[in-house]
Amino acid sequence: MTTLDPARTDQPITSGSGEKRRGTGTRVTRLLGIGALISLGWLIAFGLGFSPADRDQKESVRILYVHVPTIWLAYLAFVVTAISSAMYLFTKKKSLGWDRAAGASAEIGVAFVAVTLAVGAMWGRLTWGVFWQWDARLTTTALLFVTYIGYLAVRRLGGSHHQRAKRSAVLGMIAVVEIPLVHFSVRMWRSLHQEASVANLDGNTKMDGLMLFSLFVGVIAFTFLYAWLLLHRTRTMALEDLMEERGLDDALLERRAEAVQSGTTQSTTAQSTTAQSTTTGSDS
Amino acid sequence: MEDAGFILGSYALTFGAVALFAWRTIRSGKRLAEQVPDEEKYWL
Repeated sequence: MTTLDPARTDQPITSGSGEKRRGTGTRVTRLLGIGALISLGWLIAFGLGFSPADRDQKESVRILYVHVPTIWLAYLAFVVTAISSAMYLFTKKKSLGWDRAAGASAEIGVAFVAVTLAVGAMWGRLTWGVFWQWDARLTTTALLFVTYIGYLAVRRLGGSHHQRAKRSAVLGMIAVVEIPLVHFSVRMWRSLHQEASVANLDGNTKMDGLMLFSLFVGVIAFTFLYAWLLLHRTRTMALEDLMEERGLDDALLERRAEAVQSGTTQSTTAQSTTAQSTTTGSDS
Repeated sequence: MEDAGFILGSYALTFGAVALFAWRTIRSGKRLAEQVPDEEKYWL
């Protein structure tokens, strides 16, 4: 039983005894998590059970219900990274919240692209007979993956939080240009990979209703998951920054205390030396 | 039955990767949140 005011959605989750759970969860993340679990269950039921086999691809079409949503959500994650980066760079406040949202979104995007590439390799093995081909779509997707790995590496370089935010924001805004390159690669170059079935420019979707619904369930499931992960990861990053600042503050205080202590010791030593030499002088 | 292995494997890989990422995020969030007073957690 919860002790929350139902009108407020930003409250922490509390147990029946009123004790706070000191994680990164709130009522909103809890709802998103439940939504993600339910829709992922639906995805398994429709993707592996109710959806029919394809005329050409046979059963391997089932892999596409996770392959396609993960890459779409990865695109969304990288667009969010670019928008958050722009918000950090071009707003007067220069809020680090935007930077953390950009970083968290990129991390989730990288995880989703990794899943897309791995799952796509399995689909390729069943459909083309090979796990990998240096095909335009596959190569540009691999390039996108490597670019955002680089973005995450840049975020880990030294410097202050604002230095990190500035340099990664520039990179985040440049890297997003790769998304149209990946999406339209199948049209721009001769490609083994099939063209878009749903997100095509003609707007002409030729898919069985149940297949389209299974794909839709996949998109909903991964959208819930993305939003849930984004909130948790952004908050964890805020905690990491806070702890880092505290560590720096503690180190500075320690150094100051050391400096004060050594200064006191030096002056005491100097005083005793002066006193000693005065005594020696008076003796002679 | 080669198809079944790849199909089930792709779902297992997807769910496994996502679960691992989620578990790491939640675990580090909980660990760090214990060291920070509630007043400094903007989401509370």
